[in-house]
Amino acid sequence: MSAGDFSFSGLGHAYLPEQWIFRNYRGEVSRGQVLSLLGPNGSGKTTLLKILLGALKPAEGTVMVHGQVAFVPQLFQVAFDYSAMDMVLMGRAKKVGLFSQPSKEDEEAALCALEKVGMADMAQRPFHEMSGGQRQLIIFARALVAEADILILDEPTSALDLKNQNTILQWMDRLARKEHLTIIFSTHHPHHAYAVADRALLMLGGSNYEAGPAEAVLTESNLASLYDLPFKHISYEYQSQAIETLVPILRPKSDVCSASGAA
Amino acid sequence: MTDSLPGIGRFLSNAASKARLRLSQSPWTKPFPLAVILFFLTITSLLIGSYPVPLWRALDIMTGYFLPAGWTDPSAWDLKEVAVVTIIRPPRVLVAVMAGIALGMSGTALQGMMRNPLVGPDLVGVSSGAAFGGVLGLWLGFIESQVLILAMAVAGACGALLFTMALARMVGGKSDGLPLILAGFFVGAFFMALVGLLLSVGNPFYPRGQRTYNIAYWLLGIFRGADPAKVWLIAATTVAGGIILMSLRWRLNLLSLGDLDAKSLGIDVRKLRWLLIITVSLMVAGQVAVSGVVAWVGLIVPHLARLLVGPDHRRLMPTSAFLGGVFVLGLDSFTRTVIWGEIPVGVLSGFIGTPLICFLFWKTKTKGWNES
Amino acid sequence: MNDFEQNQIALKAQSSAWRLRLENLRGLLLSLREYGLRHEWFAPTALTIFLLGTICFSVCIGTYPMPIWKAGNILARLSFPWPLPDDLPWPVKELTVVQVIRFPRVLLAALVGLGLGISGTALQGLMRNPLVGPDLVGVSSGAAMGGVLAVMLNWSPVSVMALAFVGGLLSMGATFTLARIAKSSDGIGLILSGIFVGGFCISAVGMGIFLADDGQLNTIIFWLLGNLNHADRGTVWLVAVPTLLGGSILMLLRWRLNLLSLGNDDAFAIGINVRILRLGIIAVVSLIVAAQVSAAGIIGWVGLVIPHWARMLVGPDHRKLLPVSALLGGLFVLLIDDFTRVVLRANVPIGVLTTLIGTPFICFMFWKKQTKGWIGD
Repeated sequence: MSAGDFSFSGLGHAYLPEQWIFRNYRGEVSRGQVLSLLGPNGSGKTTLLKILLGALKPAEGTVMVHGQVAFVPQLFQVAFDYSAMDMVLMGRAKKVGLFSQPSKEDEEAALCALEKVGMADMAQRPFHEMSGGQRQLIIFARALVAEADILILDEPTSALDLKNQNTILQWMDRLARKEHLTIIFSTHHPHHAYAVADRALLMLGGSNYEAGPAEAVLTESNLASLYDLPFKHISYEYQSQAIETLVPILRPKSDVCSASGAA
Repeated sequence: MTDSLPGIGRFLSNAASKARLRLSQSPWTKPFPLAVILFFLTITSLLIGSYPVPLWRALDIMTGYFLPAGWTDPSAWDLKEVAVVTIIRPPRVLVAVMAGIALGMSGTALQGMMRNPLVGPDLVGVSSGAAFGGVLGLWLGFIESQVLILAMAVAGACGALLFTMALARMVGGKSDGLPLILAGFFVGAFFMALVGLLLSVGNPFYPRGQRTYNIAYWLLGIFRGADPAKVWLIAATTVAGGIILMSLRWRLNLLSLGDLDAKSLGIDVRKLRWLLIITVSLMVAGQVAVSGVVAWVGLIVPHLARLLVGPDHRRLMPTSAFLGGVFVLGLDSFTRTVIWGEIPVGVLSGFIGTPLICFLFWKTKTKGWNES
Repeated sequence: MNDFEQNQIALKAQSSAWRLRLENLRGLLLSLREYGLRHEWFAPTALTIFLLGTICFSVCIGTYPMPIWKAGNILARLSFPWPLPDDLPWPVKELTVVQVIRFPRVLLAALVGLGLGISGTALQGLMRNPLVGPDLVGVSSGAAMGGVLAVMLNWSPVSVMALAFVGGLLSMGATFTLARIAKSSDGIGLILSGIFVGGFCISAVGMGIFLADDGQLNTIIFWLLGNLNHADRGTVWLVAVPTLLGGSILMLLRWRLNLLSLGNDDAFAIGINVRILRLGIIAVVSLIVAAQVSAAGIIGWVGLVIPHWARMLVGPDHRKLLPVSALLGGLFVLLIDDFTRVVLRANVPIGVLTTLIGTPFICFMFWKKQTKGWIGD
């Protein structure tokens, strides 16, 4: 087991007694890999992420973490108007003693991390005034400066436009391949998972789930049962590169409701 | 490190060097002028007052006091004037400075800790709790022992703060936003009513009468009657608490992100919060025990400081300390010198503070204050 | 061992008996509530009878107790329009106690509570926020500020009330304006503005304390804590006229409050003139609170707590809510005053006691989230 490996088994949680949101979940991801969590609204994605992060104690099961975990929340609101630099610097919390202030080296490290994500020119800009994509990058930089081994992201692409979605996906890929970070993220977009993830976990509710390598799990039939929608696997060529993706079949204008009906 | 990245990371070296220039600025450069202002204001306050000592003579006495003999001619001084400048005024000035520093710093710490720019020691009930503890101590007859009174005040302050935070947490799930303010308001009112009850119910140790008025008077926030013992008391709590808050000031940045995030960054949120609660209680209790409830300063000063140096607590904490000192000392010198009849500083700070906070409320509108 | 066990069993039996009794009481209260909800007239009538009974009872108790028939007799004689006969059937002392000391105080307490209950309910309906009350939107402190100013100028009692009215109206106006320009006129903005404006007015009262001479000082200090010690015939009239007048206006408007509590847009869509109605109700509330404050000082939290109790009794419909909260307010303040007079026998300001009772209750309500809309909006 090397730093960055992550596994969990027998995981289950219920906010009310005997009303299991999920149960007996098992999965693992190793250093430098990307794991994506997919599930409809209310299937407990955020709860699972909190448990994996260690912020919530699971009702049953164990989480095995090797290394430092960093978290990127979905909506980042700060009460005070910190600058980007201040935000990134906070990643050094573990390395700065309780009663001491961050040193010049810490600030240098923060600046390096900002450079890495290409935001160095924004260092003194207020975090409040940044766009959603820029904020995500700043939080990435913070994870880098924390020298985290594992990065957990809660729906990182859901509030972004297409260009920023692409940027964030690129960065996730880059952090995993080049910095060898383990990345766990939840998403509502199966094609995002298909594009970057090595492994996937589909939360089908209760003790039903599908976990494993992304190609094996992200199939037309699995996704169709997850979202109650037909999916289509497409492969095409763009600039002489073979590209594969999954698209949902949305037919708002068809007067026949989807096979299983609107439950 | 600077491998060429597609799309994003191309244009940096120039910008990065600019950012690096900004880094070289010490966090103390901005607060420093304020420290100088505070120092000169302190000196000036020693020179002015309602007892008519000519300015140059007061200056003469001061310099004579600090410099070795031979520089000035003591034979020209009136004994009364010497007493006023060297014995009567310094304790009061020092108490005012310390009270201001304590309020400014504890307000900043509370706002950071609770992620809410609308709280202050008086609004979350800490001041009322401290007042209740102190009055209870007096009521039980511990008039002689100032340390005991202080201990009671600390206990009261701590209890009120915990009460407020627990209530806000039970209601809102997380300790910020509106639930916190309301909980603080309720708890503060409750403790103030307890103070009123103690004042109106006499007991054998504590006869009612003139002293009741004195306490009611003291609760409004006055600095009259400061003596060296009081100076030592407030100096001890303020300096001890101040050192802790100063060294924790960067941690406040982390704490102000919220529990989940702070935890994921690897800090022990619980421990840090307890440390802050106890420190803030200590500072506020010391201030209240010596000079009563000086309202609104702990709310206003951090705002003004944030306007000056921005939200980073590393700069904010020293700035609000000095600004608090300047604010309270300025008010006290004003009421001591200019106004006939000595309006309590607590009243004066309310007069200045509430319009100011209303103005800020209007200016910043809903930014971060309204929801969450 | 055996003894111990038997003791335990006895204790258990006792506690279960108590629990049974409590259950019975709870059941009784619940069925009363059911009944009250079904029959519109029930709660107001019962409360009226109860209030009148408490008034009579309160006159009899005190440091100088007397049997109820005697006090009742004195009261009945006093309420006849013709003058008393020369040969009184009771000692002059008893007559004085009832006529001069107790009766005004009891009446004042009832009237003050009445005014606070009804104005609190009106304010909460108006602002669609169950967390406001006269003290939270700054009316009480504003009225105290105006009153202090008048006292400093040595004005007559009526003009004290007039200035208190102006102060209350001004501070309420300031609260609303501030909330409006901060773009949050019925949620948190309103409450914050109320706290700020109230803080300012209290500072002004504090200023008055330090400018006043000794004679004025006593009058001013009692304003801060709330006190019924100064009750006499004059103050009773001073409070009775505005409270009953304003109360009847609010009573007439009580169904309109239902419409207003829907929110501005809905009320407008229904076709009532929101603006004028609001201003009118604000003015009436200011008048009632000013009268109350100038006679008895700031009696905190009654106007905030009573509407909640009334809502528990009869539900949110203002047609039932308004009379019930008025009666409940009168009852509450009267009982607390009796408690201070008879049990504590100390000069504890009534505002202190209402706060000590009111804040824990409000905290409890806050915790129970009885009012889901408090935090949002």
